[in-house]
Amino acid sequence: MAGRVEPLGTLAELRAELAAGTSSVAQVERALARTEARADLRAFVRLRGEAALEEARAADVRRGAGESRSPLDGMPIAIKDNMVQAGEPAGCASRILEGYCSPYGATAIERLEAAGAVVVGRTNMDEFAMGSSTEHSVHGPTQNPWRSGCSPGGSSGGSAAAVAAGLVPVALGSDTGGSIRQPASFTGVVGMKPTYGRVSRYGLVAFASSLDQIGPFARTAAECAEVLDAMSGHDPRDSTSLPEPPTRCVEALCGDVAGLRIGLPRECFAEEGADAAVLERVRAVAAEFERAGAKLAEVSLPHTPHAVAAYYLICTAEASSNLARFDGVRYGHRAEGAKGLTDLYERSRSEGFGDEVKRRILLGTYVLSSGYYDAYYRKAQQVRTLLRRDFEAAFESCDVLLTPTTPETAFRIGERSGDPVQMYLSDVYTVSANLAGLPAASFPVGQVDGLPVGAQLLGAPLEDAAVLRGVDAWQQRTDFHLARPEDPA
Amino acid sequence: MSQLGREEALRLARLARLRLEPDEADALAADLRSILALAERLSEVDTDGVPPTSHVIPFATPVRSDDPVPSLAPELAVANAPAAYATAFAVPKVLENEEEG
Amino acid sequence: MIPAGWEAVIGLEVHVHLKTRSKLFCGCAVGYGDEPNHHVCPVCLALPGALPVLNAVAVELAIRAGLATHCKIHPRSVYARKNYFYPDLPKGYQISQLDEPLATGGYVEITPEGPAGTEPEVRRIGLTRIHMEEDAGKSIHDDALAGPDVTLIDFNRTSVPLVEIVSEPDLRTPEEVGAYLRSLREILRYVGASDVDMEKGQFRCDVNVSVRRSGDTALGTRREMKNVNSFRAAENGARAEIARQIEELEDGGEIQQSTLRYDVESGRLTTMRLKENADDYRYFPDPDLVPVLLDDARIEEIRGSLPELPDARRERVSEQYGLSDYDARLLTASRPLADFFEETVRLHGDAKTVANWISRDVLAALKEEGSELEESALEPPMLAGLLRLVDESRVTARSARELIPDLVREGGDPEAIVRERGLEAVSDSGELEALADAALEENPRAVASFHDGDGKSLNFLMGQVMKKTGGKADARAVRSLLERKLTGGE
Repeated sequence: MAGRVEPLGTLAELRAELAAGTSSVAQVERALARTEARADLRAFVRLRGEAALEEARAADVRRGAGESRSPLDGMPIAIKDNMVQAGEPAGCASRILEGYCSPYGATAIERLEAAGAVVVGRTNMDEFAMGSSTEHSVHGPTQNPWRSGCSPGGSSGGSAAAVAAGLVPVALGSDTGGSIRQPASFTGVVGMKPTYGRVSRYGLVAFASSLDQIGPFARTAAECAEVLDAMSGHDPRDSTSLPEPPTRCVEALCGDVAGLRIGLPRECFAEEGADAAVLERVRAVAAEFERAGAKLAEVSLPHTPHAVAAYYLICTAEASSNLARFDGVRYGHRAEGAKGLTDLYERSRSEGFGDEVKRRILLGTYVLSSGYYDAYYRKAQQVRTLLRRDFEAAFESCDVLLTPTTPETAFRIGERSGDPVQMYLSDVYTVSANLAGLPAASFPVGQVDGLPVGAQLLGAPLEDAAVLRGVDAWQQRTDFHLARPEDPA
Repeated sequence: MSQLGREEALRLARLARLRLEPDEADALAADLRSILALAERLSEVDTDGVPPTSHVIPFATPVRSDDPVPSLAPELAVANAPAAYATAFAVPKVLENEEEG
Repeated sequence: MIPAGWEAVIGLEVHVHLKTRSKLFCGCAVGYGDEPNHHVCPVCLALPGALPVLNAVAVELAIRAGLATHCKIHPRSVYARKNYFYPDLPKGYQISQLDEPLATGGYVEITPEGPAGTEPEVRRIGLTRIHMEEDAGKSIHDDALAGPDVTLIDFNRTSVPLVEIVSEPDLRTPEEVGAYLRSLREILRYVGASDVDMEKGQFRCDVNVSVRRSGDTALGTRREMKNVNSFRAAENGARAEIARQIEELEDGGEIQQSTLRYDVESGRLTTMRLKENADDYRYFPDPDLVPVLLDDARIEEIRGSLPELPDARRERVSEQYGLSDYDARLLTASRPLADFFEETVRLHGDAKTVANWISRDVLAALKEEGSELEESALEPPMLAGLLRLVDESRVTARSARELIPDLVREGGDPEAIVRERGLEAVSDSGELEALADAALEENPRAVASFHDGDGKSLNFLMGQVMKKTGGKADARAVRSLLERKLTGGE
């Protein structure tokens, strides 16, 4: 292993270094080198190497001519392996997309590239974003930078680990039921899922179309705000993209929470629901907000106990349909020597998909099949409506809601893989935001036994700025976000 | 739901074009049963008169104009194909009785 | 003919390509006959991460089809995914409409040929629904290129916009099947929703056939002929299947529900599969698309933009211009022809004359050329101008008729052409007088016959004068001139 390479700082710190005379090439080189040095984490599945350096060179030229495109110009970023870039391979950590090279790029990434950001590489994930541990990857698991042998969470574990370990300042993930927020919580960084429809899904390989959103990881809310502002806004290529202009979250970060009405859903603070230490940390967060001038109130989201079940019925149903295109006909893995069409389909898909993906495809197929549709899929969508109404009622008296992100801290790799239901139940605090399309972010609020704890702020639809403002205010008053995991000796 | 045994798992696999060995089918059936046990809780919720959510945030239908835009270069279209002849994708011959479904 | 004691019950599901320039959910051009995969993109190829966006014009054309067939247009309609695996279906699902289609409950009127000598009876065929969906790709077999064990797939046709028009099982005979399809095609062409060009593969239908004993109200078990792609095949296939079912039942058998294919060349019906298990398509509303919401104002706007529909136009033309139903039908057979007729009448003034010239000469010339009116160079002002020349006796009817094919082919100003070719009628009275005198002088015997009471000799003398003018004199003028001279008037 190469010698130690210094972790990269925040966007602000990197910009200060550039102002002091370093170059984007140097910074991108450092990102690449540090990633190699920390190959033990397996945060990345692929590095862009020379292509990234080319782009860094161009950023340096622009800066030299006083023509930087934006504050993100030249900044190294990472993207999850389920977002396509033109001319680059995209794998979704799956065997079924072996060798696939996308002829087009995702809108969100194109916008960041237009702002000058440099994609350094693609990060590890649970296959097709199905999982909460980044263990279901054809490349092997990603390690939590805080403790080797522990999961960084999932499905965007690679992106979370990359930011937590200082490989890049900012990374993109996708969140369908918590896949940005839970890894953010496990790795001590900020992870945000925007309002559904804020960020274009064009170019995000679909898992569950009505739940998926692309979102940023960073150490601070301010950096998340920058990235969200740069990539959000209506996209005519995505019919579920909101008819709204890009967000202006950076402007909204005023640090002031006086009068902010914070709701605490009682169902999310039930003793049996989470580790005592986690609950205690989140209650302490509430108390700190109150000291800063916020108003706390208890609210109720009565349908919370049904959220996980509704989520898993809806997401697997949509996924079973979204993944039908992986059939070995036009791209990806095709089984050798297939005798006839059925054989081609069955073997290509069975060889190409991992167990968790197969499990969810079969469940989704069941949920949609005739005779079961009303009892399962339709019922779940009705419960979803009730959950949305719960939130509407809560937001009548609150600006934001505060909950734990996860019931516990990072578990050991291999500890959960045997029991899917147990894994699913730990999504209890995160799935509701996807079901209701709400903006939500997890932010670091301390540690328990050396592992990070995250708390979650949720906002009403379109209140992305309010959520980030809350996290930013927290980060201005505390320094949990400054803690960094150590490199191995 | 107690019907979700090997036979049902195999039926689902056929619909989803997945191949399962009998023991795989049994294991998956067991997994599905336990996940569905979770889902059974939903039947407790009173959803009379509640419309199912089909789209989270309602807004007007986005549409495009009817102006054609350039397509992918045909060579690029088949670039990822596991098998192709000229610009056409190739699959093993589809037999007359091979039905859709 | 359906044997006595039996009744056939037929329903059709027709799929036609909407007349858009781009596809339903992406901007690829709709093209026919191009090399494989020359009109594809990430969306219609179903590459990972691609998403559908609806074509506004496709929706409008589908609404026009619905309004033209008297359907109720629903203010909210939803796209649903129909999930199944087939190589020509890249997403592994087709975007269609199930529970909330665009339109329901219309009808198409047909007047099938009845027994000779009877008035055609107008029959109303109900429509259950019209919904929108995308087409699939095409399978090709090319042994020379790829060998016998390979099927090639071309996705150019994937996501071309279709409407599916489902009729009630109201058709009763194979002839009605043909009449229904022709009516439907006329309506769709009239409103510009579809060209229904069979040669381009813009039409196909499934024919559902069952039989029952006359007087029975319960429906027999039906069999479905799938993917029929011509009107003739639909009619003949229905005929063959009706006969086959009746034969089976008379032999004491039972009809099994199944899917059939009808081979046009051999006329044979083959069973594709028995429909034991209904297909489980696992329909659900497509989460990548938002429901189509239409307000009344929009629907009325489209209704207002519809041209007059074929039946209404036929009636009005017949009444307004005093034409027989037969003539009105002929002249309104297509919208371009109807427009041409009415515009020419507007310019010329006499509907009957215009009607005659079109139905007799223009249509014949077009047929000879093998072209459609819209493709020809003939325009209303040209025809009107030509007819006016005839009215003014500046050209004979015979000469004018000879010009029609030229106008159809190349167009032009009739007056100029007449002059160029020296076709002006001889109507100069001095010249005619001289020629008439000459004819009388040269034919004393005919003159004498005339005076003896033989009227036919006038015709002979007329012929002589016409010959002298090379046929360019106005026959009536010549006749009256001769009459005057012969009877002593000067």
